[in-house]
Amino acid sequence: MVTPNTELAYNGKIEGEVVVSQLDAVINWIRTNSMWPMPMGLACCAIELMGSASSRFDIARFGAEVMRFSPRQSDCMIVAGTVTYKMASAVRRIYDQMAEPKWVIAMGACASSGGMYRSYATLQGVDRILPVDVYVSGCPPRPEALLDALIKLQGKVRRERSATQLLRS
Amino acid sequence: MSASLLTALQEKFPQARPRPSLDHAAVNVPADTILAVLQELRDAHGYDFLVDLTAIDWAEGATPRFTVVYHLRSTTHHGYVRVAADCPNAAEPAMPSACGLWAGANWHERETYDMFGIAFTGHPDLRRILMWDGYPYFPLRKEFPLAGIETPLPDAEIGAETGAAAIPAPMAGGPFVAAPGEINLTEAEPRAKDESWNEARAKPTP
Repeated sequence: MVTPNTELAYNGKIEGEVVVSQLDAVINWIRTNSMWPMPMGLACCAIELMGSASSRFDIARFGAEVMRFSPRQSDCMIVAGTVTYKMASAVRRIYDQMAEPKWVIAMGACASSGGMYRSYATLQGVDRILPVDVYVSGCPPRPEALLDALIKLQGKVRRERSATQLLRS
Repeated sequence: MSASLLTALQEKFPQARPRPSLDHAAVNVPADTILAVLQELRDAHGYDFLVDLTAIDWAEGATPRFTVVYHLRSTTHHGYVRVAADCPNAAEPAMPSACGLWAGANWHERETYDMFGIAFTGHPDLRRILMWDGYPYFPLRKEFPLAGIETPLPDAEIGAETGAAAIPAPMAGGPFVAAPGEINLTEAEPRAKDESWNEARAKPTP
């Protein structure tokens, strides 16, 4: 299709320095592109989490490079590793300390389902204590899988009715 | 066990018996002499490093029920020796603590207490080390199932908020162990041996 409009970028002279959008779109745009992870690295998945943060895979391309080791400053908890029952309470407490809005990625087989640890000491899936948004398969998942999970989570956040939720709360 | 070491030990401790062993020197001694034997090995025979301290559960009803095993290493003549002592009481197993001989025995004894419930008398800080304080079972005892027994979470507040508990793990046809002697690795890999049942579908009764 041929279009006469050759302006590809924002032009203040034409638009009058005003951008019309939806509040939902603006809020979700902000949220999706600065999703600071809370790295809950508990086992070998944390190595892949570090790999995805490093230069080769570079999670910064998706705005999630600021690993915050304080739950007060993070938006997305990445549970990377085996959650023992002894650790489960601490994981939940850290999640409770995160400010809304917050999301959870269960990274790898152990965090998703207990994995190969069918034993007395291991929590059989972190979804028993946390609301998980995205599950990542793999033992451990490759960094690409984690990036895919992050993109899927961003897609989920983009569909949220953020403005309505904000006004309601 | 080298004959000279056993003879030297038996001169001081006549109740010491050679212990069948495929690798290193090994000796069985009574529980009440264990600290004296360990000290003798450390001071007179050069076994100055406590490599490992663990226990064996010989199953419910067995006599003796629990045996505590010590592995010693000499940093001078580079030999190993294994010392084993049976706990006299099966219901409340106890053993004198070796913390006075090796400070490194501290955590080993805490772990052995945690897993087997063997109380080390004289231990400075005998708490659980792997499972949480207040866990009611000793997981490596023979009567304890691998999947576990339902228990409240260590933090009661979190347990009430989430409704979660330490549940028996779904074994789903497990345990997940590799088949021994299998050439084809796809066939040998750990997987459920019986896939006819899982968490949602009960195990069929024959």
